[in-house]
Amino acid sequence: MNLAAASKIIVLYGRKVCGGVAEGLALVTRETISGWGGVNPMQGTITETRHELVGQSFSGRILVFRGAKGSSGWSAIFHMARLAGKAPLALVFNDMSTKVALGAVVMRVPAVTGLDRDPLDVITTGDWVRVDGDQGRVEIHKR
Amino acid sequence: MLDGGMGKARQKAMELLVRYGAALGAERLIATSNVAGVPGSSNVFLHNYYKEYGGSHDAIFSFFDLDSDELVDVPMALTSTCHLQGGYDPDNWQLLGATAESFKIANASERFIEARGVKILKTCTPYLAGNVPQRGDHCAWMESSAVVYCNSVIGARTNTEGRESTSAAMLTGRIPDWGFHRSEYRRASHHIDVQVDVASVMDWGMLGYFVGQAVQDRIPVLTGRLMPPELISHKHFGAAAASSGGVEMYHVVGVTPEAPDLATAFGGQAPVETIGYGAAERRRTYEDLNRTAHDSDVDFVMLGCPHYSLDQMREAARLLAGRRVSGNCRLWVFTSRAVKQEADRLGVTREIVAAGGVVLTDTCSSISQAVPPGTRVAALDSAKQTHYLPAFMGIQAWFGSTADCLNAAVNGKWSGQAP
Repeated sequence: MNLAAASKIIVLYGRKVCGGVAEGLALVTRETISGWGGVNPMQGTITETRHELVGQSFSGRILVFRGAKGSSGWSAIFHMARLAGKAPLALVFNDMSTKVALGAVVMRVPAVTGLDRDPLDVITTGDWVRVDGDQGRVEIHKR
Repeated sequence: MLDGGMGKARQKAMELLVRYGAALGAERLIATSNVAGVPGSSNVFLHNYYKEYGGSHDAIFSFFDLDSDELVDVPMALTSTCHLQGGYDPDNWQLLGATAESFKIANASERFIEARGVKILKTCTPYLAGNVPQRGDHCAWMESSAVVYCNSVIGARTNTEGRESTSAAMLTGRIPDWGFHRSEYRRASHHIDVQVDVASVMDWGMLGYFVGQAVQDRIPVLTGRLMPPELISHKHFGAAAASSGGVEMYHVVGVTPEAPDLATAFGGQAPVETIGYGAAERRRTYEDLNRTAHDSDVDFVMLGCPHYSLDQMREAARLLAGRRVSGNCRLWVFTSRAVKQEADRLGVTREIVAAGGVVLTDTCSSISQAVPPGTRVAALDSAKQTHYLPAFMGIQAWFGSTADCLNAAVNGKWSGQAP
């Protein structure tokens, strides 16, 4: 992480949703994400035609987003993405809901919400982000 | 249950609910007496994923429904549980393009869960098929259109649950005490001032689509030029609002049980915003719903999203009387097994079939991702189905009234007009 050490580091604190630690490249959207009908779990991609991330993959990324929307199939779709090896590494989001909470639980990824600054203002796609779910800590290495 | 005193499966279910409740920030679990989910529902992917267990339904339930690392034997449901829609009509699975293998897997999972005491309603409208909770009941329901109906029209209490939480609730009779289970969460945030007459089912569908876009997942309260909605109007309004936004509850002043007046609906809070719905908004909503459609040749008409009620089946049969579906077009009408049985006995199914339509149960085109081969342009009377089907199937879709859709089925041409 020599490159990251030389760049700007920002730390945000929030509430633990799910524990664990993961780090990787961020994929950021200000939009909410639909599960069933909005995501291809076998590919780990966003498929909703009007979504700003349509065609992009969240697999192996730190997914930073506003929250979940749409069908009650949200958790099952992201659960299948986990089985297919296409789940995100961690979740950082603003709006708590039953969909995103259950989805995070069954994906078994670190997840944090309620951060002290809006993560959508601070994190940009391509930043290196470390999520410590247990501490509710999100460390951002600006690229 | 958490200590395993009631068996391993209920222990694993409770562990999942505790993890889920903690993720939400809920302080406790509460008892639920009414669960609606898709427990144990299998498909080719899950069947193959767990094939080292020989396609065992206990394995799918353990590892997927309960997110358990241990294989457990699935016991009887502990609380009243029904199965919502599935992927196949048992009598018409070939028409829906299913393979014999995939139907066999789905059918076997239905038998497995039926033997655990689950009512196999196979519908997105459990409230039209024998599962009607009482006001204030704590429920654990999936299916966004059923959830919004449960909260808003019945005044029972449920969040939009998922497959894993409803399957865990089935085995424990518990669900996190969060969100819509709590009175303070059920108050309106946005005021919708309806400035044009909203009377027909199509009017209510468009209004729902507009409201969902306007408030996203907040709680609207509606006043204005609303004709007293029928059950079906609620069904189409809620389904639309839940699809375009994520509305899980709404109030209609003087109509829904928690909104005797505007002040009560807001529960003392000031509205975040008052939003008008006038002729311009209605026009924009109609155009938005019809944005994928440009060819007037219609080759597929799908009705029954959410699943048609008996009244809607009769209305479809009446509109088809003495007419015949065009040779260039297919007509599929989806409903629940319960309503289909009534329609069969009343001769309504026969009338629809005589006109060239097909009556199907359990599923819909979006759930099954099935349209007749070669479909390019569909006509739909559901804003919800219009929201999903073109994206799923890469087809065009017109939105209009049931009469517009059946005219298109008969003529093979769309002739619906903006209101």
